[in-house]
Amino acid sequence: MTLRAELEVRRERFRLDLSLSVAPGEVVALLGPNGAGKTTALRALAGLVPLTGGRLTVADAVWDEPPGVFVPPEQRQVGVVFQDYLLFQHLSALENVAFGLRARGLRRAQARAHAADRLERVGLAEHAHATARTLSGGQAQRVALARALATDPQLLLLDEPLAALDAGTRMQVRADLSRHLRDYRGHTVVVTHDPLDAMVLADRLVILEQGTVVQQGAPAEIARRPRSDYVADLMGLNLFRGTADGTGVEIDNGGHLTVATPATGRVFLAFPPTAVSLHLQQPTGSPRNSWPVTVGGLEHHANLTRVRLDGAPPVLADITSAAVADLRIQPDMRVWAAVKATEIHVYPA
Amino acid sequence: MLVLPALCALAFLVTPLIGLLVRTPWASLSDRLFSAEVGTALRLSLICATCATAICLVLGIPLAWLLARAQLPGRGVIRALVTVPLVLPPVVGGVALLLVFGRRGLLGQYLYDWFGVSLPFTTPGVVVAEAFVAMPFLVISVEGALRSTDTRYEEAAATLGASPWYTFRRVTLPAIAPGVIAGGVLCWARALGEFGATITFAGNFPGRTTTMPLAVYLALETDPDAAIVLSLVLLLVSVAVLVSLRERWIRGAV
Repeated sequence: MTLRAELEVRRERFRLDLSLSVAPGEVVALLGPNGAGKTTALRALAGLVPLTGGRLTVADAVWDEPPGVFVPPEQRQVGVVFQDYLLFQHLSALENVAFGLRARGLRRAQARAHAADRLERVGLAEHAHATARTLSGGQAQRVALARALATDPQLLLLDEPLAALDAGTRMQVRADLSRHLRDYRGHTVVVTHDPLDAMVLADRLVILEQGTVVQQGAPAEIARRPRSDYVADLMGLNLFRGTADGTGVEIDNGGHLTVATPATGRVFLAFPPTAVSLHLQQPTGSPRNSWPVTVGGLEHHANLTRVRLDGAPPVLADITSAAVADLRIQPDMRVWAAVKATEIHVYPA
Repeated sequence: MLVLPALCALAFLVTPLIGLLVRTPWASLSDRLFSAEVGTALRLSLICATCATAICLVLGIPLAWLLARAQLPGRGVIRALVTVPLVLPPVVGGVALLLVFGRRGLLGQYLYDWFGVSLPFTTPGVVVAEAFVAMPFLVISVEGALRSTDTRYEEAAATLGASPWYTFRRVTLPAIAPGVIAGGVLCWARALGEFGATITFAGNFPGRTTTMPLAVYLALETDPDAAIVLSLVLLLVSVAVLVSLRERWIRGAV
């Protein structure tokens, strides 16, 4: 009953090559920067873009296997929530939800009854007869979800389902969406560039960069052990590649760090910016790593200040605003950065 | 420097219409308006223009769809061909129709031999002539509307299980409805005013092929006042069309 996909889509100057499997009831998030091929992958799963190579099967049915097999979108058991929802503007919320059922030949009364039930489940029963263009962003998102689920698809695809919402409604809609996805028994693939959406909604993350998978795993695992600068940046971690020999690690782009857990060979080192402290003189005592750095830039976030530090290695530090004031931190200032060995997470590259 | 020629142009465009209104025999207007000849010509005009518009809708919308959406080789050439009747002198169109649908024409001989159908000089002939001349208005308007719609809605419909035909009916057609209506009205107005192709292809037989414009032309020699009244009716129809389309056509938003 699993969805198995070897998606290969070649275009001029772009190539998507993605291997994906989704178990029933599982929610997989495709996470990646703009242009990574997330939406192309989603369109290939929906049948809106034919594969140029590979194979897509859901349960025992082959949906796409060039050159011989291509099941067009209208014959796939698929539901899609598009980025800006694409509700049919001339129809009411109810008619939008009933559209897929009518298209599959259900009688009007039956389709409407079923659609009304779907709308009630997303809490929009009283907006059933509102036209699509009068709905708020959050309501439109829920109608789009109800419409996609109305035909009981085997595969549910969501393209940036929360991107069009403002910050206020986003949190609530994200929580609701998460609950609906838990209840859904089919396969779900969510495309997003927002790590928080991915973490909350998905059981497993697949990180896509330039058309290929750079990392996949449970959200907690990816948050702890990023394997690319893009992921480290998303998760807000300092990430270095280096060569370990015991507790000493030679960093690839300059510098040397001491870690608590011995390792050998190629490793990743990761630690949060909050683990970095700044000092005017070279700190002494305890097994610390310290090295001279130059303050590159400052950015205020709530009660913390993020300091970009150039040195060997360059590093991000989050320090309190009080510390910024005490140390009189300003750009181009020479300071010492320090990180405890025990704060550094080491894992094989 | 520009105001004077502009005023001249305006006067040039408006004066004939004023002249028409000035010379209108208002006293006998209602009698003439409801006379048998005017009634017959008007009814024939309305029926023929409406039939021609229906034909244009049924055939023209699919053609517009093909031009806007299909991966056609030589699309530019096809579009140019579609617009030929727009720039072709209508008389030439009428001659061309005669050569094709005439009793000894390319297709006409078979139509006559096999089905006993002969189009020239008949009411259906009027409809054919009008449809030939008016079709480009509809096709261009609908194609423009199709091009400006967001095709992602059609993709959304496909993922919901809608066949291409169902998608066209329930998603595409409602989205382009304003363009179809605008094109249909223009098409109808053009068909209603058609003269050259009609008189060439269908001739001038009162009750059968004498539409309003032909009646105006006929009356001008025998009864100028009747011609004025008929012209006035056509003018009113034109103004009505213009008013109904002012949003779309005058702003060039079709």
